[in-house]
Amino acid sequence: MARSVTHYLRLHPGTVMVYVVLGIMTLVIVFPFYWLTISGTHSLSGLMGRFPPPLWFGGEFWVNLQAILNRVPFFRSYANSLFIAITSTITQLFFCSLAGYAFAKYDFPGRKQLFFMLLATMMLPAALSFVPWYIMMGKFGWINSFRALIIPGMAPAFGIFWLRQVIIQTVPDELLHAARIDGAGDFGIYARIVLPVILPGLGALGIMTFMNAWNDYIGPLIILSDVKKFTLPLMVANLSGWGGSTVHLQLLGAALATVPMLVVFFFASRQFISGMMAGALKG
Amino acid sequence: MDNSVEAPQASPRSVESTATYGQSARHSWRAIKRNRWAYLFISPFFILFLVFGIFPPLYSLFLSFHQWDIMSPMKSVGFANYARVLSTSLFWKACLNNFIFILMASLPGLPLALFIAFLLDRFISRGRNLYLAGIFSPVVTSVVAVSLVFSVLFDKRGLVNAGLQAVGLEPIMWLLRPWPMKVTLAILLIWRWLGWNVVLYLAGLQSISAELYEAARVDGATTMQSFMRITLPLIRPTLLYTAILSGIGMLQLFAEPFLLTSGQGGAGLGGRGNSLLTMFMYLYNSAFRQFQFGYAAAVSYVMFVLILMLSMVNLKFFGRAADE
Repeated sequence: MARSVTHYLRLHPGTVMVYVVLGIMTLVIVFPFYWLTISGTHSLSGLMGRFPPPLWFGGEFWVNLQAILNRVPFFRSYANSLFIAITSTITQLFFCSLAGYAFAKYDFPGRKQLFFMLLATMMLPAALSFVPWYIMMGKFGWINSFRALIIPGMAPAFGIFWLRQVIIQTVPDELLHAARIDGAGDFGIYARIVLPVILPGLGALGIMTFMNAWNDYIGPLIILSDVKKFTLPLMVANLSGWGGSTVHLQLLGAALATVPMLVVFFFASRQFISGMMAGALKG
Repeated sequence: MDNSVEAPQASPRSVESTATYGQSARHSWRAIKRNRWAYLFISPFFILFLVFGIFPPLYSLFLSFHQWDIMSPMKSVGFANYARVLSTSLFWKACLNNFIFILMASLPGLPLALFIAFLLDRFISRGRNLYLAGIFSPVVTSVVAVSLVFSVLFDKRGLVNAGLQAVGLEPIMWLLRPWPMKVTLAILLIWRWLGWNVVLYLAGLQSISAELYEAARVDGATTMQSFMRITLPLIRPTLLYTAILSGIGMLQLFAEPFLLTSGQGGAGLGGRGNSLLTMFMYLYNSAFRQFQFGYAAAVSYVMFVLILMLSMVNLKFFGRAADE
């Protein structure tokens, strides 16, 4: 096992120091999230009019929440974000795993060339498509529609590349041969053999995909103009003048958008991180 | 190195299909027919790619030679848009900013991530996932929330200045002066992407066999020596990958500087003295504030060339490990 070397080093006095230093660093890294959580529970004067700023919860949570709901359809944007994120995640996982399976386990003519093309598309910078993308969405009538945020990204090259790695590393050929001898069809093998085996990898990619859709800012910024269609990040950013008189409301909105996801991530993080590493490039 | 990337993969009917590979047209037609499901499986990507992947960059190229505000008819202007981009000092200011952010964020950020990954790999066995979850959490957070929190923490009466004063230092006008603004953004960027790079590096480090380190230790090598002689050479492919990705990301920086400065007058211009103006923000303004779509398309191609050049430099610098 690659990491058994730590076994020899456990009693090393330096090891304790590494634990402590990295521990402090990790606390510093997560501190902004702690502060985000507490900051939205203060009034504007309790937050910005005080120096030093507060480090513990205030008592204005309900007042601030009511103020947000009076201004904008906040929970509507919650539902919008959920809808976009769930739809994107399911379609991406489906199409990426299908294509990843084909590239990993079939030896079809043109496989190498097509895969190379797929890799090359990952090198195309997004800036290049920025302007025409908006014009295209206009032509399709997708401005102000969730379709613009879901359909073009249904089969991203990165997901295919990544799941191909996972399938190569975790799905043995013998399993597929055996299933074929038993008379299973191509799609049946994918659905009943491959999918269950790569579930951890799918989980990791799914979390990443969900978070990306949930957090996306530029896409909704360009596409959505109707406040009823706003996603959460857009809603928080547009809650009114940035850094002005509503910064406490924005912070509460940002906390409501972020903290539930962080909690979910925290509980899934073990599986997520090991899944991420399974598909990553090996040195 | 992961040899499975290049190793030929057996298909579910590999015995026959490898035999037909590269033979007569009739045979390869049969191979295509036999693998029809594989083509079906990969078709969603290529259909979407044809519509949303290939077409937009080509259309962008076409647009870049025209003048167009979407309303009035298009006018062909030759290279005029490009000439204008290259002679506009505001664009070069934005470009310089992008490269400054590489120096201020990628250059310290990537080695820091590697160092942390190395420490995690070599010294931390229990509770490693707890550390990783904490370090990774900024990656899965919305850029809007992150920029908002930073703009308040780094406010002139924010918590960071309170901390500085508590230890007897002068407060800094983080978001009101050009260089402190850049430092704030660099801290945000390093903080936000640290976990992503740590996980990538850790994946690379874990594939290095423990016997190598053990042998080095027996030979009396220090931790530093084994890092320089074993770790660094063996994870070069990952280093290249992260360097290229980070370079592409830095040259296309948008949301973080856009949001950090959106409270200051003239949102989208990067705050005082255009200190946080990036090329992508300039592109956004040209298209969606000034409706100069042809000009904006030319900006995007200039960016493309710069990104390509930076990727080549990375490729050269980190060696031939790029075959992956």
